[in-house]
Amino acid sequence: MSSIGWPQVAFLLEGLKWTVLLTLISFVGGGVFGLVVALARTAEIKAFRVVTAAYIAVFQGTPLLMQLFVIYYGIGLLSVNVDPWLAVATAYTLHASAFLGEIWRGSIQALPRGQTEAALALGLHYVSRMKDIVLPQALKIATPATIGFLVQLLKGTSLASIVGFVELARAGNVISNQIFQPLPVYGLVGLLYFFMCWPLSIFGTRLEMRLVAGSR
Amino acid sequence: MYKLDFGVVFERFPELLWGSLGTLYLAVTGMTLALVIGIAGVVLRQSRFAPARIFIKTFVELIRNTPFLVQIFFLFFALPFMGLRLSPTTTAIVALAINGGAYAIEIIRGGVESIPRGQKEAGTALGLSKAQVFRFIILKPALRTIYPALVSQFIMLTLTTSICSSISAMELTFAAQQIDADTFRSIEVYLTITGIYLLISWLVMAMFAAIGRLSFSYPTK
Repeated sequence: MSSIGWPQVAFLLEGLKWTVLLTLISFVGGGVFGLVVALARTAEIKAFRVVTAAYIAVFQGTPLLMQLFVIYYGIGLLSVNVDPWLAVATAYTLHASAFLGEIWRGSIQALPRGQTEAALALGLHYVSRMKDIVLPQALKIATPATIGFLVQLLKGTSLASIVGFVELARAGNVISNQIFQPLPVYGLVGLLYFFMCWPLSIFGTRLEMRLVAGSR
Repeated sequence: MYKLDFGVVFERFPELLWGSLGTLYLAVTGMTLALVIGIAGVVLRQSRFAPARIFIKTFVELIRNTPFLVQIFFLFFALPFMGLRLSPTTTAIVALAINGGAYAIEIIRGGVESIPRGQKEAGTALGLSKAQVFRFIILKPALRTIYPALVSQFIMLTLTTSICSSISAMELTFAAQQIDADTFRSIEVYLTITGIYLLISWLVMAMFAAIGRLSFSYPTK
């Protein structure tokens, strides 16, 4: 029996580093693909809408843990030596693209139709209509929900520990098994997550209140 | 080249069925308790007793800003420490209720706060008791308003049950992991299970649509 000392804390912080990296990579990657998903989901061409609607429905209707397993083992089938880091990052990126795509679809459709019609009347082509008129306004009203999802994603990366990826939750498991003190270890791990997520949540709520106040 | 073979997975159909029932059991009991915690939490959150308000606020923030996986591990070790020896499945239900309850408090509070003060005063003026005012004048219209948000939160809770496999609760993901360990057909196992989860979440959605029609289809104007 021993207690939590410096080596244990250092190990947890090393895990925390991977949690942050995994979150950032999947948020950025998911943001890029999510934009494509949102645009295809609101496109004129019906086939695009149907395919992306199905894509979103599958990711929103199944557990994140299953998505992780399927993509992890799926990539494993394609090549023998697969870096777990790559497999896990791919899984979270796809997951994030579906959720962000759905959030942004909602905000694109929430804009008054007059915006698109005015842009059309001005003779703006698709790229300029989206880039200059629709997306800046849509992404602004979507910011609180986007930050809400970032918190969700950060917490969700803890599931990577189940496929053996060493991040914060996994580091907690390892240390808990090592010093047989699960309560302080999981308590500390929980607090570390809390102090990453809480400021983000507060920031999201403040932005939302400001948007609501601004729209009055 | 790897050849997919779903045969060995379908041979274990009884386990998949029991696993699915286990998942539904966790989801339904978890949701019911989460709703109870949600309503009780809102009552405390609005009480005049400051420590109760602070307790609920802290509880909601702590739960909503930490991963479910860490919460369930913490409970799994904390409950025996407090002298409560529960089965993994019961521990999982407690964890789901606590997690879902924190989200339910926030959602229901939003609905309750959207009820105009005048409505409550009208109820009191009609001679209804405090409990009656809360139940019929505040809670029911509030639940009707926030029903869609509550439903999507409960669908999330249903999907979250898969994480309960990490403490060996009896549910679908745990059944899948055992089949995977016996057959080494990982991709086939998890593809099948993913399909079953999709069906389960549609089933739960249909159930909530029916409940919504039965409970809230009265005219408001």
